[in-house]
Amino acid sequence: MTQSYVIPKPSRPWRPSPREKALNIGLLLASVVTSYALVALTEMKGKLAYFFVFFAALALFNMARGLITKDWMNGRDQFFSVIMLLGMTIVILPTASIIYTVFDRGRKGLHAGLLTNDMALATPSDPITSGGLLHAIVGTFLLVAVASIVSLPIGILTALYLTEIKGRFTRPIRFLVQAMSGVPSIVAGLFILSSVVYTVTKSYSGLVGSLALTILMIPTIARTAEEVLNLIPNDLREAGVALGGTQWRTVAMVVIPAARSGLITALILGVARIVGETAPILLLTGGGDAVNFNPTQGAMGSLPFYIWKSFLLGTEESITRGWAGLLVLLVLVLSLFLLARFLGSRRTK
Amino acid sequence: MLEDKGQRPIPSPREISTQPRFSDKVFRAVVTTGGLSSLAILGLIAAFLGYQGFEILVKEGISFITTSEWTVEVDSFGAITNTTFGLAAMLVGTILCALIAVLIAVPVSVAAAIFLSFYAPASLKKVLVSIIDLMAAFPSILFGFWGLFVLMPSAEYWARLINRYLGFIPIFEVDPPIFTRSPFIAGVVLAIMIIPIVTSISREVFSQTPLDRIQAAYALGATRWNVIRTVALPYARGGIVGGSMLGLGRAMGETVAVYTVLNIVYQINWQVLFGAGGNVASLILLKFGEAQPYEIKALMAAGLVLFLLTLFVNFIADQIVAKSGSKGR
Repeated sequence: MTQSYVIPKPSRPWRPSPREKALNIGLLLASVVTSYALVALTEMKGKLAYFFVFFAALALFNMARGLITKDWMNGRDQFFSVIMLLGMTIVILPTASIIYTVFDRGRKGLHAGLLTNDMALATPSDPITSGGLLHAIVGTFLLVAVASIVSLPIGILTALYLTEIKGRFTRPIRFLVQAMSGVPSIVAGLFILSSVVYTVTKSYSGLVGSLALTILMIPTIARTAEEVLNLIPNDLREAGVALGGTQWRTVAMVVIPAARSGLITALILGVARIVGETAPILLLTGGGDAVNFNPTQGAMGSLPFYIWKSFLLGTEESITRGWAGLLVLLVLVLSLFLLARFLGSRRTK
Repeated sequence: MLEDKGQRPIPSPREISTQPRFSDKVFRAVVTTGGLSSLAILGLIAAFLGYQGFEILVKEGISFITTSEWTVEVDSFGAITNTTFGLAAMLVGTILCALIAVLIAVPVSVAAAIFLSFYAPASLKKVLVSIIDLMAAFPSILFGFWGLFVLMPSAEYWARLINRYLGFIPIFEVDPPIFTRSPFIAGVVLAIMIIPIVTSISREVFSQTPLDRIQAAYALGATRWNVIRTVALPYARGGIVGGSMLGLGRAMGETVAVYTVLNIVYQINWQVLFGAGGNVASLILLKFGEAQPYEIKALMAAGLVLFLLTLFVNFIADQIVAKSGSKGR
């Protein structure tokens, strides 16, 4: 006596069936064929034609499928889903193109001495292997370091006001931080020029450049830090106060340590915001070609200035140098971004 | 033990008060001062630019923003004999480039945000959001030189197409056929720069759409597109407009990318495909190099105008974003 069981297989009715999958791929292929055919047969030419004919065909084919298998409403739904995909593609394409271009063209400018030489003895038309961007990296590092030292405390204090004190200025300050992040970078440069350079220092230096960068960095730090501090559970604050701590002790000993990695993320995002900032640097730092370790005196080179100068010089070698500079800058921004992501993902665990 | 009890002084109850202690007073004062620093900085920016540009603003009056002539005449000794400063051409250029950027960026960004919120599978969504955040962190100099060397040939071709098929519309006319370095191309580069901002704000608003409304619509038999059109878009409209205004403000203040891509010519140019234009920020950068102290004052005044313009746009954006969120059908 054996009893036969029917063990039901788990079914997932929302998943596309093999037939639907095949149809999807078929429509995709049909669209590719259509785009090639139309470009070959009609007057439309070029990449633009391929791109748009492909998406138009895909949208129409999908609409037709919806109309045939279901109804008009489903057809319209299918049509618009392709339109949204088109939007997403247009957003992604420039990023891909930028990263590809910079790596492709910057590669030719890389050489062994790139990170250990400066441009003091190299002229624009020298071969690529002479000179390097040590001065630019030192300069960028110093500019970013000084700007971080000034703007980190101010940014965090602003965030603390918005999350811990919540006084009557909360709403205006939130708006002002927002407005500050919209200040054009050249205006920040002009402001430091009029307030510090013309009245106090009378000369260009790295320090005044980093003061301008501070203005651009504070809002980024303040907004990210505010988000991070808002994530700290209120229980922690209440527990601190209930144990008899003053607000000052609670914030300094409980809230800030709990938010530490998030605050570091805020700093990194701030650095990523200013590391490639060009306009105020062009106005304020003078942009030297030799290594200068003193931010208070003398012209200070930096990566954006180096790139700018290389492209404007216009010789073949200097343009290659410019692309190599952009490559270094892009790698710097990418690694800062990945670092911030890494710290951010660890925080949420 | 028992005898002791009577001799011990009974501790008097601690006085309970809501007054913050001294350390807290200091703490609150320091944090409030730090918080108000943004106000101080913005105020100082306006004050110093106004102070430096005051002379020019008084001399030129309202014609500083209504006329379009920027000349400095010097005699053979290098002394200034006559100056005219009018910013109108550059203001028109600023607004034109920024508007083109917003007109291109907003539909694309909203479509992308809808794709991310309603269509993309979770794993793909994570990657795409990272890419968009990364794009927002790209420095403007990168967009500028990419635009000049890579985008320009393609964009010039697009401009020719627009001119051929839509040339009967006055703004798409191109008188001498110069299609390179036009406001249109600058607008495309600016559009690419503001797309991440507009996309991430739109996506955030879409993600706040009340789930019960979405589910109610599905339960009534709506397709995905029906849900987007009747629930998500009306709810997110305010946020999208606010995000677009933020993008507009960013596009108005952009210096390096516009300077790199655009052929800066000091004239009012409404023909968006014609290779001449400019914006205030790039004018400042262009003139700064050879400017004499007197002209620098005029540039400071121009900076003040630009600052107030972006502040105004940001203010409007903030108001719109603050009002939205509770609305929707």
